[in-house]
Amino acid sequence: MSFDWFVLPFSIGALILIVVLISRYILWVIKLSRADRRKSWRSVFSFKLFQAVWEVFNESLLHRKIFRVNALLGWMHMTFALGWFLLIVIGSVESKFHKEKVFNMPYDPIFLRYFEHDVHGFWFAEGFTTIMDTILLLLLVATIMAVSKRFFKWIYGMKRTTKLHPGDQIALASLWLIFPMRFIAESFTAGIYGNGGYLTQTAGDIFATFLPLKSLELGAWWTYSSALCLFFLFLPFSRYMHIPTEVFLIYLRKAGVKTPDNKLTGFSEFETYSCSRCGLCIDQCQLSETTGYDDQAVYFLQKLRRNILQEESSHNCLLCGKCTNICPVGIDITKIRLLKRTEFAPEMLFNYRHYENVIHHDERKVDVAYFGGCMTHLTPKIKIAMTGIFRKLNIRYNFVDENGSICCGRPLKLAGNHMQARDLMQENKRIIIATGAKILVTSCPICYNIFKNEYKFDKIQVLHHSEYLNLLHKEGALKLTPNEEKMVYHDPCELGRMMNIYEPPREILEKSGKLIPVQKEKNFADCCGGSLANLPLSEDNRRKVSKEALTKLLAPSPDILVTACPLCKKTFSNVSDTPVKDIAEVVYERMIE
Amino acid sequence: MKTFGYTIQNDRQIDFDAADKKLYRYVAEKEPDINLCIFCGTCTATCSAAEFKNMSFRKISLFLRRGLTENLKREIESCMFCGKCTLVCPRGINTRNIIFNIRKGIEEYEF
Amino acid sequence: MDTNKTVAVIGGGIAGMEAATFLSARGITVYLIEKEDKLGGHLLDWERLFPTMRNGSEVVKFLMDGVKADNIKIMLSSKLTAAEKSGKGYNLRINENVDLFADAVLVTTGYDLFDATKKEEYGYGIYDNVITSADLEKIFMSGKALQTKQGNVPKKIGLVHCVGSRDEKAGNVYCSKVCCVTGVKQAIEIKQKMPYTEVFNFYMDLRMYGMHFEALYKKAQADFGIQFIRGRLSEASEDQNGGIILKVEDTLMGKPLKLTVDILVLLIGLIPAKGSKEVGELFGLKNGVNGFYKTTDQHTLTNSSNVDGVFFAGACTSPKTITNTITDARAAASTVAAYLFNYRSLERKIEQNEDFWLYNTK
Ligand code: SF4
Ligand code: SF4
Ligand code: SF4
Ligand code: SF4
Ligand code: SF4
Repeated sequence: MSFDWFVLPFSIGALILIVVLISRYILWVIKLSRADRRKSWRSVFSFKLFQAVWEVFNESLLHRKIFRVNALLGWMHMTFALGWFLLIVIGSVESKFHKEKVFNMPYDPIFLRYFEHDVHGFWFAEGFTTIMDTILLLLLVATIMAVSKRFFKWIYGMKRTTKLHPGDQIALASLWLIFPMRFIAESFTAGIYGNGGYLTQTAGDIFATFLPLKSLELGAWWTYSSALCLFFLFLPFSRYMHIPTEVFLIYLRKAGVKTPDNKLTGFSEFETYSCSRCGLCIDQCQLSETTGYDDQAVYFLQKLRRNILQEESSHNCLLCGKCTNICPVGIDITKIRLLKRTEFAPEMLFNYRHYENVIHHDERKVDVAYFGGCMTHLTPKIKIAMTGIFRKLNIRYNFVDENGSICCGRPLKLAGNHMQARDLMQENKRIIIATGAKILVTSCPICYNIFKNEYKFDKIQVLHHSEYLNLLHKEGALKLTPNEEKMVYHDPCELGRMMNIYEPPREILEKSGKLIPVQKEKNFADCCGGSLANLPLSEDNRRKVSKEALTKLLAPSPDILVTACPLCKKTFSNVSDTPVKDIAEVVYERMIE
Repeated sequence: MKTFGYTIQNDRQIDFDAADKKLYRYVAEKEPDINLCIFCGTCTATCSAAEFKNMSFRKISLFLRRGLTENLKREIESCMFCGKCTLVCPRGINTRNIIFNIRKGIEEYEF
Repeated sequence: MDTNKTVAVIGGGIAGMEAATFLSARGITVYLIEKEDKLGGHLLDWERLFPTMRNGSEVVKFLMDGVKADNIKIMLSSKLTAAEKSGKGYNLRINENVDLFADAVLVTTGYDLFDATKKEEYGYGIYDNVITSADLEKIFMSGKALQTKQGNVPKKIGLVHCVGSRDEKAGNVYCSKVCCVTGVKQAIEIKQKMPYTEVFNFYMDLRMYGMHFEALYKKAQADFGIQFIRGRLSEASEDQNGGIILKVEDTLMGKPLKLTVDILVLLIGLIPAKGSKEVGELFGLKNGVNGFYKTTDQHTLTNSSNVDGVFFAGACTSPKTITNTITDARAAASTVAAYLFNYRSLERKIEQNEDFWLYNTK
């Protein structure tokens, strides 16, 4: 058995790391709901495991998603992950060849060159050494890239990189040391015993000309082992925790585990710790540009991990979902943030009883129930357009909240009052069902979201008015005369990123006039700044967010700005000289009777 | 409590000397916008809850400053957080954040 | 007393007219450049003036008499399209084809009226019976009876104060200064014409700061029974008969109030003129926080701009009443003269006194 004292730091570090990881993971699995736990056990023996392995390969090793967004960054992440992975795998194979037995010490492949001076035959002389040296070379390049990213972020097209806390800094420094130290240690040994490949041997020979390698060799290996040890010890307390965790996250996701709508489970722990702190979410956040806000996804998750999350961080966010949209790990940050708010929400002084007694609704049986939404009362053109369309097409409808009604409940949920929202929802649901309608059409994407996802209507189809109008048009009931006005379309966050409705509004707008594309649209669209989800955001800052978003939307100089949300409309109207219209108004203006 | 046929008229005047400003200070620190209200009543006029119940954000804003916590509690219950008041306020007051923090403050101080 | 000096006055509203008159009296040649085909600006569209109910046309006539001087060259339908510094003065181009030189420029571009369609919840441009104070004046001017779109005599009329003023959402945080008293004046005029119509003024604060304004307010109460309700309109909607349903809180009663009126009048505020923006860009003039031109000092140098040889008069620097505008125009004329003839009075300096701290914006 090969042994030297310097293998100890590595071995102890690795052991501690494994114990810490396993205990954490067990804890989180316990925090999963029973159904989720069952799902995750079952999937071990199914095809899902293979799918997970495939995705782990693609994401954790190749980092495909980061590649797509930023190739240079993708390359760096890939060489680190894949390179290190191959170094271990090929190293193990190599060490097995050397020892000619199946089991050996876990540190053998890591320190092989120190213990094995005998490189004979093609396999060892040309094969393994060349491969291993090539991988090492790639890793050294990646290390240089990582270091330069810290100091010259513009090379990578990033405005900001993530900020580090001490745990990260130590782990980062030790990571930066690992591969250069391996290179130095292997070169020193190669310089003495001639067992290196093209890289390490050449370097070793050069070092040998001016360095007393014999006395330095052991020290270099000690440093290498210690760097590894340091990295392992700090890994669970640093961003690198994401490396092992993401593997499990991918598996759980494949097994069908999700965060439920009403509470956080162990799954979100896996998500939280899977953040690679790649920093892609930072530049997405409109708040940071305008308000100097720095609770973007990555820092929010960091605070969660360190258990120092405060009310401010959980609430000062538009929940626009742009960070979730870009996140290569696929962490549903917006949902985590939303559910975290329950911890800070007040529970007293809510009383929604008695609403049932005061709301009188129309008892006629109709086909369509139209729910304008609270905000729509402040944008009467939308109401007029919708009711006008119903009337002209002879659709039997009931304007549920014509004279005001109960709020849909989503604003309460956005503030963390989930239980209280439920009271409202129940009452509202009863009123809507009582209309006897088969279709519920709403003008407000905020209502739409909760109606569709959480009201759980059995017999009522929920549609946003953009979908509904598009359907009417496709069926041929609604006919349009397009005109020449140039329009741009703003995707409301709640309709787009939250509900994935991108095409219906575009389809019908294309039939009504000239729709011109904008730079940031669909899932990359900006938030209008009006978001109800951000409680502390001041009016001044809202206006700043709106103005910036507006400037981008108006870059192609359209005649009108079209959106599909009363809140977006109101928010943009406050800052825009170009007319802002709702999609319903555009359709109503241009419909043929 | 025995009143011996008399009722004490607590509401006859606002006792500013005795008013408890703790809650006001709590809220003002969290949301300084509270100081910007000009009591125009637009928020109340538009309020989704006021359509059916006694609910006036303008009054809440006053009760808070005058330390009339009991009135405040009654008034605030039915707010559904819909956000209409924020949209219409001419002073750009972040009304919802104020309501949120009043509820929290009352909870915290156990008024 | 003719001098060889010329001044270009840009804008032929009341400020421009009165300033031209007083400049010409100093022997200065004045080019009075007006983009419309008539002098008089907004005053032409106003029938009677607060607080005395004088006819606006009388004031126009008075001002017209002033600009009849020989050394005032009135240029109508004329738009300044280019300006270039030349020596101490400016080469100006009008309508792409006329060039002239001026030793100094006096900008009197006035104001625009707030576009009430921007407050969608008030229903202007949506509901037929919602009109603005400017529309109401036009109806008064036409001599026609005030009727609903359905052709009925209105039984109830509401006037809403502060539409587009004192409103962060509309982006105008300042008080427009003239609309309160206009609202009281118009309420009285409605009553004079239709004694049986009920009139309601919805206000946040009634700003009756000028001489006789308070008296006008008192008259409105005493002789005309106009009802003043303290509460700002949140939204208006239309009923089946074209009536306008108002949602207001009666803040003094502490209760929401519902009222259906036959006609709703929006007392729209004054906003920086589009013309000011265009002219400002030609000369590089600075705007203040609220978008009106920034005068060199808030208290003393009220007619000077940041550009040498360019001066201001009237509502282009802030909302002003007619009285204030005429006074300001004369002050501007005297400031311009001081500049042209090197009076010692213009050598005085005053410490910078910023207003930015009053606002959160930069
Ligand atoms: S949250 Fe996602 S996008 Fe943001 S740093 Fe973490 S992994 Fe990257
Ligand atoms: S949801 Fe939007 S506002 Fe919130 S952190 Fe993400 S990008 Fe920023
Ligand atoms: S609308 Fe704003 S300013 Fe007016 S009473 Fe309400 S909170 Fe106060
Ligand atoms: S948020 Fe509350 S107070 Fe404001 S309008 Fe809605 S229900 Fe009324
Ligand atoms: S003058 Fe009166 S109506 Fe006009 S903005 Fe000022 S307060 Fe409002």
